[in-house]
Amino acid sequence: MHEMGIIINLAETLDDTAREEGLTNIARVTLQVGEVSGIMTDLFEDCWNYFKKKHPVLSESRLVLETIPAVTYCSSCEKTYETVKYGRECPYCHSGETWLVQGNECVIKEIEAE
Amino acid sequence: MKVIELNKKATAANDRDAEELRRKLQARDVLLINLMSAAGSGKTTLISRTIRDLEGKASIGVMEADLASEVDAEAIEALGARSIQVHTGGCCHMDASMTRQSLEAFGAESGSIVFLENVGNLICPAEFDTGAHLKVMILSLPEGDDKPLKYPLMFAESDALIITKMDAAPYFDFDLEAAKRRALALNPSIKIFPVSAKTGEGMGEWEEWLMSRKKELMRKH
Repeated sequence: MHEMGIIINLAETLDDTAREEGLTNIARVTLQVGEVSGIMTDLFEDCWNYFKKKHPVLSESRLVLETIPAVTYCSSCEKTYETVKYGRECPYCHSGETWLVQGNECVIKEIEAE
Repeated sequence: MKVIELNKKATAANDRDAEELRRKLQARDVLLINLMSAAGSGKTTLISRTIRDLEGKASIGVMEADLASEVDAEAIEALGARSIQVHTGGCCHMDASMTRQSLEAFGAESGSIVFLENVGNLICPAEFDTGAHLKVMILSLPEGDDKPLKYPLMFAESDALIITKMDAAPYFDFDLEAAKRRALALNPSIKIFPVSAKTGEGMGEWEEWLMSRKKELMRKH
């Protein structure tokens, strides 16, 4: 399960951050998740609620997810378009030589903590 | 309460563990290779042939990561090479701490090459740094030449692409030039080796590259 591996790592990354910054309680974690990162948000939140209890600094925290829209670049006509709407084929020139520019991320944007 | 901007990858802790593992292995002259592909692409067959071809030149160990079963480890041990089966317990990829624990159980010999056969899928194994020195991916001919378009991250992240089952070329509409062009567009420095582990075609070039990269990477420390 993809979500579990990411959550385990996310919790560890936050433990490290708390140590470095001298934090004892993280109340909110805002995460930016790419639209096509393959992360199922429902499952992700369930996983978070399960694993946060194993980390004292996170046990009372709330996870806030923000979506980063997926954008694809077409190397034939050099235009960009919405990945989710059009998929792999460029809607302007119908080329298949297209690459994802953004939308695959999973980044901790900010935390609220003391 | 204060708000702290982090802009940090969620997997930053894993990246740190991976870097540490890489350094430790290098100090012991152990080259770790993260071998990734879809299920059924011929990872175990490729490794088996490589072990036979490099007998006497390199000591090779294999860590087989799967959700379950021992079949791959048994195939490798039949060749006299050391192997360990790692069960990921339902997780679809290996990360650095899982790799470190597996290596501790395995007890890799100094000077050896260790292949980590990652879980068979082209998606999340590309996202997690395992601590390997090289990332090698396999695309087997029956999977099709469009895979770089569908799974760009895997191709963008790999140091080498091995195209296996070339002996089956007469039976499939696989456009080798298109596959190469698509992979190189994502990753201009990727090395591409079309091979057949069955006939031995192209295996020499792959093995030569492997040995020269080992020499180069292990000399640095």
